Amino acid sequence: MTELEAGRAQRLAPVRSGAALQRYRDVLIALIAFAVLACLPLLSGSKALLDFIIRCSAYGLFATSLNLLVGYTGLTSFGHGMFFGLGAYSFGLIMQRLGVPIPVAFVATLAITAVVAAVIGAICVRLKEIYFAFVTLAFQMLIHSMILSWASFTGGDQGLRGGIPRPVFLGIDLANHVHLYVASCALLILGLLAMRQIAQSPFGYTLRMVRDNAARASFLGIDVWRAKLTVFVLAALFASMGGMVMALFVSGAYPEFAYWTISGEGIFINMLGGVSTFLGPMVGTVLLLLLNDTVTRFTEYHGIVLGVVILFFALGLRKGLLDFVAEWFAHRRDAGEGR
Amino acid sequence: MTVSAVFVSFSAPYQAHDHESASVDLDALAGCLSSSACLVTQTTSGLIIGMLLFLVAVGLTLIFGVLKIVNFSHGAFYMFGAYFAMTAYQLTGSFALAMLAGAAGTAILGLIFERVFMSRVYGADVLMQLLVCYAFVLIFDDVVRIIWGPEFKSMGMPSAFQVMPLFIAGGVVPPYYLLLIGVALVVAIVLGIGLSRSRIGKVVRAAAHNPGMVSALGINTGLIYGGVFALGGMLAGLAGALAAPVRSLTPGMGFSVLIESFIVTVIGGMGSILGALIGALLLGLIRSFGSLGFPLFTEGLMYLFMVIVLVSKPTGLFGKEAA
Repeated sequence: MTELEAGRAQRLAPVRSGAALQRYRDVLIALIAFAVLACLPLLSGSKALLDFIIRCSAYGLFATSLNLLVGYTGLTSFGHGMFFGLGAYSFGLIMQRLGVPIPVAFVATLAITAVVAAVIGAICVRLKEIYFAFVTLAFQMLIHSMILSWASFTGGDQGLRGGIPRPVFLGIDLANHVHLYVASCALLILGLLAMRQIAQSPFGYTLRMVRDNAARASFLGIDVWRAKLTVFVLAALFASMGGMVMALFVSGAYPEFAYWTISGEGIFINMLGGVSTFLGPMVGTVLLLLLNDTVTRFTEYHGIVLGVVILFFALGLRKGLLDFVAEWFAHRRDAGEGR
Repeated sequence: MTVSAVFVSFSAPYQAHDHESASVDLDALAGCLSSSACLVTQTTSGLIIGMLLFLVAVGLTLIFGVLKIVNFSHGAFYMFGAYFAMTAYQLTGSFALAMLAGAAGTAILGLIFERVFMSRVYGADVLMQLLVCYAFVLIFDDVVRIIWGPEFKSMGMPSAFQVMPLFIAGGVVPPYYLLLIGVALVVAIVLGIGLSRSRIGKVVRAAAHNPGMVSALGINTGLIYGGVFALGGMLAGLAGALAAPVRSLTPGMGFSVLIESFIVTVIGGMGSILGALIGALLLGLIRSFGSLGFPLFTEGLMYLFMVIVLVSKPTGLFGKEAA
């Protein structure tokens, strides 16, 4: 025990300063990324490109938040899409019914998501592995059925129609395409930065420990249940943010947003991009959306093409693209040092 | 109340509450429960749904029990079974041959699928296995679309079953339904006895428990895995073939069946045949009676039931504690 404490005391200091340095670096990268994205409309007037990036923002937030569960904590949620749908519906309903400014609706939606996620999470995170996946899937479908059956409130299978009002707030007019684009990018970058901070924080390392060996984490005095529940709620918040971006983009909310296929796509995006790097899901998002868009343009049988691509990743690379690239670089570096 | 009226009205939540109660029709449910004719009709339709689900789910649960794989592409076998049966029926006009084509075709397909693709991801991450299955769900759906076309198809009721329905206690029961229930029951009994009594059944159970030891005893585990997968695929295909005369055929038809059979296996306990039977029957009855009392929330009832079972007993009603 004393040895362990001694070892920890020795190592803590350099890790702390390293973490601070990394945080500055992350913020810098985020600022540069945002600057580049924000300048894009000046360079290219292509509406399709901006639309594509807005969709990437929505799905990217969702997929990266799922990676907090799948990659960092080892919680394979099959119902994460419910928070995407919940975000879209809550936001749309609040805007339509109450006519409050957008930031108020935004915060209110996050609050609703947090409460719902805490209740569902408290039930779900007790279960392990495949049972966790099933119970989250069941909750997802329960919410989907509720949206379908409560037609007078949610619009049923027609979805929330009639458009979401987008009042101007502090000169930001989200009905304007470029404004919406910049706002989506800002939300994406802020969301990614926040998730990065969570992943690199002591709490983030606690999650990795829970993933690798929950029993040991528990022996070290970590409340595993509480750690899992916390990350479940946090991830739900970012998924809900993605849903709100999507609702703003399509100016509505549809039951498909809460259907399990959204969760399936999220998992798929994570596998495509890679779960062991922070930006893997983001890469996966861009890949999947690109793939979807190009393939549907050329053939009506895009299932076959998509299926073959997935098989290539699953049976060929056996890991996500960014994981593959990262490992390839690591191998090269090791080989170089060996010589 | 129109949709647009809801959107502009601030008092809508109260109205919405009134409106919601219309989607819950407990009077209809109570009325049915007190009439023997309605009771018989609803129970038979529940049993039909349940028995078809059982055939799909028992394959799923077998594959999980022995191969430890969650076969996400299981719905595709149900779909292929239905299409194979339809084509065979149109070519030969024989109902028996159609059933045989549905079952045998999917068995072969299952064997090839397991040996060529699934066997490569044993021991890999669960997500990897799901991904391979997901890829095949997409591919198979498009293959069906290319071969048989995207539109709804129907096989039609074979002439042998186009006879007067039976009347039991005032309820209408088509003879074909009795065949369906009979086939599913025979499958359940044969599987149950086969697994617990026969030599092959014992080897399969041993392989599920400790494949390394079974393999060391000189038994080809690859063959067992392929065989179990083929059997699972065959049962789903048989379910599809049996469903073909009473359901419409469309690419993607396997999907809702897949989700429901997942619920069945989870409720009954992954790997348990008895659990699959009880779970399927429960779900079938929930569907048929739920559609009376909660017409819009029938699916929700199933998921609610699944949540309750999972929370109170995560391994399912008949599942063993995880080893």
